[in-house]
Amino acid sequence: MAETTFRVPFGPQHPLLKEPAKFDFDINGEEIVGARMNIGYNHRGIEKACEARNYYQCIYLLERICGICSHSHTTAFIQAVEELMHLEIPKRGSYLRTLVCELERLHSHLLWLGVAAHEVGFDTLFMYVWRDRETVMDLLEEISGNRVNYAINTIGGVRRDITEDQRKKILGMLAPLKKRLDYYAQIGTHEASFVGRIKGVGMLPTKRAHEMCAVGPFARASAVDTDVRRDDPYAAYKELEFKVITHDSCDILGRVIVRVLEMVESCKMIEQMLTNLPEGEICVPKVSRKTPAGAVVSRYEAPRGEDVHFVRGNGTDKPERVRVRAPTMANLEAATESVVGAFVADIPIAIASIDPCFSCTDRMAIVLNDRKRGTRIATWEELRRHGIDWYRKNKGIRF
Amino acid sequence: MEFVMPLIYILVFPGFLFQMVFSTFLEWMDRKFYARMQSRRGPLYTGWHGMLQPVADIFKLFFKEDITPVGADRFMFSFMPVLGLASVLTAGLYLPVWHFTSYSSFEGDIIVTLYLLSIPSLVLFLAGWFSVSPFSLIGATRVLTQLFAYEVPFFLALLSPAVVAGSWQIQKIAVFPWTSGSPWILLLQLIAFVVALLTLQAKLERVPFDIPEAETEVVGGPLTEYSGKKLALFRLQKDVLLLVGSAFIAALFLGGFPGGIWLGGLQLIVKTMMVVFLLSLVRAAFARIRIDQIVGFSWKYLAPASLVQLLLVLLLKGNGVI
Repeated sequence: MAETTFRVPFGPQHPLLKEPAKFDFDINGEEIVGARMNIGYNHRGIEKACEARNYYQCIYLLERICGICSHSHTTAFIQAVEELMHLEIPKRGSYLRTLVCELERLHSHLLWLGVAAHEVGFDTLFMYVWRDRETVMDLLEEISGNRVNYAINTIGGVRRDITEDQRKKILGMLAPLKKRLDYYAQIGTHEASFVGRIKGVGMLPTKRAHEMCAVGPFARASAVDTDVRRDDPYAAYKELEFKVITHDSCDILGRVIVRVLEMVESCKMIEQMLTNLPEGEICVPKVSRKTPAGAVVSRYEAPRGEDVHFVRGNGTDKPERVRVRAPTMANLEAATESVVGAFVADIPIAIASIDPCFSCTDRMAIVLNDRKRGTRIATWEELRRHGIDWYRKNKGIRF
Repeated sequence: MEFVMPLIYILVFPGFLFQMVFSTFLEWMDRKFYARMQSRRGPLYTGWHGMLQPVADIFKLFFKEDITPVGADRFMFSFMPVLGLASVLTAGLYLPVWHFTSYSSFEGDIIVTLYLLSIPSLVLFLAGWFSVSPFSLIGATRVLTQLFAYEVPFFLALLSPAVVAGSWQIQKIAVFPWTSGSPWILLLQLIAFVVALLTLQAKLERVPFDIPEAETEVVGGPLTEYSGKKLALFRLQKDVLLLVGSAFIAALFLGGFPGGIWLGGLQLIVKTMMVVFLLSLVRAAFARIRIDQIVGFSWKYLAPASLVQLLLVLLLKGNGVI
């Protein structure tokens, strides 16, 4: 490290981060010469907790992995379970599930656009976008009764149907939203001070995006043509017409464009689904509580990118193992790398450009520094003992 | 009576009391405008339509815990907020209130005022420098870099009305459009007015020029480590700087505040509010730009624009039009 370089810690608590994570930047004047990241501040042990619950309880637990893409995680999990059980879900059910998927993508991308505007100090756009995001939240509440954790998924279909009135209402509320989206596309790509901050910043070349296994809009903005909805269609996506938006500018401007145009595509898909909504059941009438033994990997295109769930059943009503790979995990390394060479002012927007969600992605390992047995990673038994001891000593709780 | 008038001048109008009341009012107005432009409500609960919110904020800060970082220079850390507030309050005394006259007016007071208005930036730099936190240090260097960007265009823009009036005295500059019988020369200085507005925005460190205290980048910039009373003093300094800077621009570019105590006072309030409204508009319309962008913007566009204005004024003056 040169003498003029000093290290600035961003996090675990910093206004840039909505959730705890740690970034260390080596800064020379205003230029960043090195970056490291560390997660593990918000690990909640959800995967382990799933092993002690049955499949139905797991749905509601996994829904709480993320506050933004809650539907994504349940859908990814339920798809895996349905495949284990060899269930064919009714058409109307899969359409409704996809409808919520796309509404969720709309609200997640709108939220991201607001956050991105806030990170570069454009609070007016932030407020405008979040005002219009309320429309989507209202629609989701109309459909599911909830604004955040919709709890609409269940094994074999969905839990709530929509009426004819609701269908018309959703279509009616979507029309003004589309107009607003055009307006934001205009601002996001033409407002001089905003574009000046995002053009040519946080570069991730196409080759590097492939190497770092980037996913979602982050990868698509680097001209990586990948989308699980098209490549490995699930739910109702086989029957829908949509374009996979890519952009070749490889910078944050490209990520804004990709996300805004994706929202327009989502609106089109929602209209298609609502106009061709099939009649019939919304859920398989009787579903066994137990699954056959077996293992399934399920992929799902969450708003932030590919979400992967691995489920292994052992013939009981509880999963033997659930593994979640949230999209942030795939993108975080690439985003940290894309900051190097930029200015300090570019840090917030470059990190935010992947739409990070650290709680979803958190991993943790405890390293024991044992003099007798050497430095090693703690095993499950040791962690358990440590936890029990810690609570007994510090909180007076006896297990 | 001889010693009463200066005391009233310093303590009541346009000194301490007036500046405190009016500057907090301006902050409320700015927040309200800003909020309405973002389709929010703005302050609502304290006082009429939340009018007392800025006062409440400052009072709250006064009762909060006051922390000095371990590594900080104790004297400089405590002295900087006081120095900053004192310099802007003093600058306010040179405003030509009461029908153009100012109690302490003298030939060259525009230079003194400009000097006093530069001190807050230096104070911010030193405050950040002496609080030894990485975020304060980055913020402090950004304050200085930004100072080099906007200060010269600011001075050049204010030179234009001074050249028109042929004087270095604020009250003479303010009175000139009316005494010379040609108020239209105010329109001629539109370029300088715009440059002065933008550079004042940079001086006040508001969007799009809030680079030194960009929240998402450097937490609070130079003020990261400040809390309690000292932070309250910095907040007050910012409010008073908004008032004095806006009133100063109103005096030089909007024809001063003629019409005696009452009408003049009213004009002071209305014209200052007009300038603050324009500043709020600028604040709502843009994203924060980068430090290299502000230096480029100032020297590529603002400085040449004010030079063109100066040239125009000199040509007109040389040909005897003004």
